[in-house]
Amino acid sequence: MASSFLEIGHEAQLRWQELVAGEKPWIRIGTALCGEAAGAFEIAGDVESELETQGVSALVSKVGCLGLCFAEPLMDVQLPGGHRIFYGNVSSDDIPEIISAHVSGGAPVVARALGYIQEAGSDAPLPDGIPDLNQHPMRIWENRIVLRNAGNIDPLDIYQYVANGGYRALHKALTDLDQNQTLEEVKASGLRGRGGAAFPTATKWSFLAGNPAQDKYVLCNCEEGDPGAFNDKNILESDPNTLVEGVIIAGYATGASKGYIFIRHGHDGPIERCRTAIEQARELGFLGKNILGSDFSYEIEVALTGDSYVAGEESALMEAIEGKRAMPRFRPPFPAQFGLFGKPTNINNVKTLSYVPEIVSNGGEWFASIGHDTSTGTVILCLSGNLKYTGMVEVPLGINLKDVIFEAAGGMRDGKNLKFLQTGGPLGGVLGADSIDVLLDFEILRAAGAIVGSGGLIAADDSVCIVDMTRSLIAFCQYESCGKCFPCRMGMSHLLEVLERICRLEGTSDDLTLMRNIGENMQAGSLCGHGQLGFNPVSSALRYFGSEFDRHISGHECPTGTCSMPRYSPALARR
Amino acid sequence: MSGLEQRIQNAVHGQAQPTVTVLSSLLAVEDELGYIPKEALEEVAEFTHSTVNDVWAVASFYPNFRFDPPAEHKVEVCWGASCHLVGAMSVFKSVLEAAGMEDEGDTADGRLTVKLNTCLGACAHAPVMAVDHHLFGRVTPQSAAQKVIDGLQQDKHGK
Repeated sequence: MASSFLEIGHEAQLRWQELVAGEKPWIRIGTALCGEAAGAFEIAGDVESELETQGVSALVSKVGCLGLCFAEPLMDVQLPGGHRIFYGNVSSDDIPEIISAHVSGGAPVVARALGYIQEAGSDAPLPDGIPDLNQHPMRIWENRIVLRNAGNIDPLDIYQYVANGGYRALHKALTDLDQNQTLEEVKASGLRGRGGAAFPTATKWSFLAGNPAQDKYVLCNCEEGDPGAFNDKNILESDPNTLVEGVIIAGYATGASKGYIFIRHGHDGPIERCRTAIEQARELGFLGKNILGSDFSYEIEVALTGDSYVAGEESALMEAIEGKRAMPRFRPPFPAQFGLFGKPTNINNVKTLSYVPEIVSNGGEWFASIGHDTSTGTVILCLSGNLKYTGMVEVPLGINLKDVIFEAAGGMRDGKNLKFLQTGGPLGGVLGADSIDVLLDFEILRAAGAIVGSGGLIAADDSVCIVDMTRSLIAFCQYESCGKCFPCRMGMSHLLEVLERICRLEGTSDDLTLMRNIGENMQAGSLCGHGQLGFNPVSSALRYFGSEFDRHISGHECPTGTCSMPRYSPALARR
Repeated sequence: MSGLEQRIQNAVHGQAQPTVTVLSSLLAVEDELGYIPKEALEEVAEFTHSTVNDVWAVASFYPNFRFDPPAEHKVEVCWGASCHLVGAMSVFKSVLEAAGMEDEGDTADGRLTVKLNTCLGACAHAPVMAVDHHLFGRVTPQSAAQKVIDGLQQDKHGK
């Protein structure tokens, strides 16, 4: 028989106390995709073998990502009852000293330490000569709601999630709130979709809740093929239980019978961690028949797609789960009437659903008090490109974009100047350096010609050629066009041809007009956002950097010299 | 039944998840064999009550499927925008040179596949490459070429 929520919570607390204040030091190593790329798995192996060599006893956990990706491999040591001391850019050579001096000897290696994070409730003195990591530029602007556990807990251990407040939202919904009250809480929060369109989540849910059908589905979209965006995958790697709880509550609020979490095949880390979270939730009675003794029954399945960016479009996503080519459907009928396998369906992004547990726990009003105007809550930004601090931050909406770039991300590397920002994925838009004094708010950013979109922010310094970058983005869009609508299929190829011509310094004076005509046709004649928004990279680049295009066309020169570099593209596999 | 057919059948029939489709069956075969042989198209068609034509339509749509046996090793270089602007093209050029190739594809001896990937997902560590699905960040043209050479050398000496 399943234990009560109280018993599970008690067990979780005991286990957590053993970790942070038990007998042994606790070593945590960040191992999301970013950590892996920096060599974190090798470091974890080195730590294990060095502990054995030195005969030191400690607990070692592979956790997710703290967001400070630039400092990876990132590990921290917490002595029993003490605070967490972090070491950044750790190499194999650092491990013996960290183990002998700190883990075994109790004295942090001050010269190598990146910072400390204070353990709530610990009365141990703060370490001398080590900065507070929460005062780091990348963390000081943050308000971590979705990412509250990221980098802190083992994503494969549901008890660590429960010990940190996990599943209290589901318990609250099932015991204190009915279906409609849960929906009302999300409505009061003002939560809007974080997948790109920023549509009010509660409104979307109400379409499904209002449908009396027996079989109804909640779909969670983690296709995330956007170059420059990794926050969805990172949530699944760092705290998959948050998402799973969100998908369960969404099912409860909409009266759905089943949830699907949709991930791209090949993203092994996110897939495995998500599947484990689902299995463990089932074992503890958070999934299955009569969840926590209520009359609500629900299941979640992970569905995989092949490589296809368009599979992230909601109707193409349903086609892919049905096992077909990921091509968008005609609408109407809309998913809430005729969705997956013809059943009423609701589709949300990973980030959107991951907010839901904290909204239900703390109340919609609490969430609505964060953010700016009708852009409530926080936004999870992926910072990449020529920035000093690359990684992932969760900041309140309404923050100034220039503060994100020049404060949180530390400005540009090597003292160079910012030239432009690519925002919101390949279909988003470019912002010139002079235009980033703008608030991160769905409407304000859109008016500036950019979008929050997936949260990807790629910063380019003045050594980057805008025409070459635009060609690169269009080459991606062309490669990823599913081919269903000819204005997109042919338009993308045609745009790419023109851009390649301009990069070869063989462009003609008619080329800009030609591209605008193609762009208008794509917008008018495509079923989904891929074609409708596919001209954005070109139009936004022209808006801020028209003169640089002119220099390529009329002056026959590439000011940065980038365009003459060798150039490769993937084979045209989808023709 | 040949060994290949047996492995295809096991992969297709052994899917654990409740929702089994043409695509999920093809992914199961890809996981087992690393490619989709002709026999698999037939098996998947029969198993999912569809036609070889329908199965081929799906298989040919997703570029992760290949239709001949894979090389021993796979090197992928990220082609995403974040990697592009910090030198992905030079990294890819260097990888091709180390592999003795002109463009994407397999080496003639079947030892190595070289491929561009639209985004490997570790953008904060650009430029990124993957060797047999293991990620390496902040690579340089030199370090990337060395990984290719090391990988091929290692095999010669029998690991």
